[in-house]
Amino acid sequence: MMQRQQVLVLYLASSALDTPTVGWAFYDGTGVERHMAGDQDEPPYKTGLEALMDGWRLIQASSLHSHEQGNEFVTDYLKYEFFFEKLVETTP
Amino acid sequence: MTLLSSPDVARFVARGFLRLDAVVPDDINRQFLKEMGPETAEEMPLAHYGRLMKESRLPLVAAGTPLSKAYPNTSALSRFFELEDITGAVHSLVGAEPVVDHHFLHITFPPAALGEKSPVSQHWHQDSTIDPRRAFDIQLMYFPHTVTAEMGGTRYLPGSHLRRVSEAAISRYQNIKGQQRVTCEAGTVLVMHSGIWHGGGANISDQHRYMFKIRLCPTGAQSSQWDLRDLPADHLRQRPIFWVGDTREPDHIHTILTEPEPWFEFDTSRLEYINRIKLWRYMLGDESFDADYWLTRLENDY
Repeated sequence: MMQRQQVLVLYLASSALDTPTVGWAFYDGTGVERHMAGDQDEPPYKTGLEALMDGWRLIQASSLHSHEQGNEFVTDYLKYEFFFEKLVETTP
Repeated sequence: MTLLSSPDVARFVARGFLRLDAVVPDDINRQFLKEMGPETAEEMPLAHYGRLMKESRLPLVAAGTPLSKAYPNTSALSRFFELEDITGAVHSLVGAEPVVDHHFLHITFPPAALGEKSPVSQHWHQDSTIDPRRAFDIQLMYFPHTVTAEMGGTRYLPGSHLRRVSEAAISRYQNIKGQQRVTCEAGTVLVMHSGIWHGGGANISDQHRYMFKIRLCPTGAQSSQWDLRDLPADHLRQRPIFWVGDTREPDHIHTILTEPEPWFEFDTSRLEYINRIKLWRYMLGDESFDADYWLTRLENDY
């Protein structure tokens, strides 16, 4: 048996884990599932908290930045990004 | 030509696209596909592109060529740009004398043309590069044949056009609430703000999918180029906000500019409204415009 990592990325509506999912991605290190851009219209979890309750471990959250003078109203990347992982036992 | 209405231009400002369903007649679609070159299903993608680049009658157009001189008379693309709805949308958004930046035939290949590879959708991206302008280019996405869900029509994200990102840096995202995928009748055209996030879908049908994209740049001011006669006299007047009663006016310019998309974060939705209002000021040529006090509140500084 060996372990492989599954990575779930959720983009939420605010910095709080219990706010709605607005974007998501799933990368499966076991090679079983292959997801790609545009393949789902509904998120796997409605909030980040739901993912925690289903056993996903939070490993990274985007930090909150102060707003650079002159660029306060610029929008760019999805702002509230949360990386989760599961370690899954697989056979070689 | 049929110029755009004020609500249509406001929707373009707010959402970054306009969709013109089956606007191109079938005879032009058929002529375009003929001029594009013959389809050969067995070819691998590189071979197919290579042959089309060599054999196609679609013209080579130098960047910066005036649109009026880009396409030979009687060609499918010349006839395309004579259509009243196309001419009107182009004029309304980039003015009377736009130039061609580039055009390209986008092909999404079916499994039969991929050998052992499986069809994969294209990552999200914004075309060109980081673009901090308030001015914008438009991209016409022309679908010359029917596009079914299995053919992997272009995916795009309404309201993403004002996000300042660096091309493929957004590839990490797979799905975003509110994303749209094109399925359409032959002759459908999407008129896109150059900043909109998009990507090709995975084609799991048994046919090639073709989409011809033309990027047009303005050569002068983009303000007040549409049909402003329908602009209400009170569009500069403020209305009650937050405590608004039970009446809603969906075609009111202020409503259109402050409608959220399903993927907006709670706080950035307000920044999006502010950026839309700035773009509407640019389109209107009137820096006094505001919707729901978003900019007036910030400009009230003594």
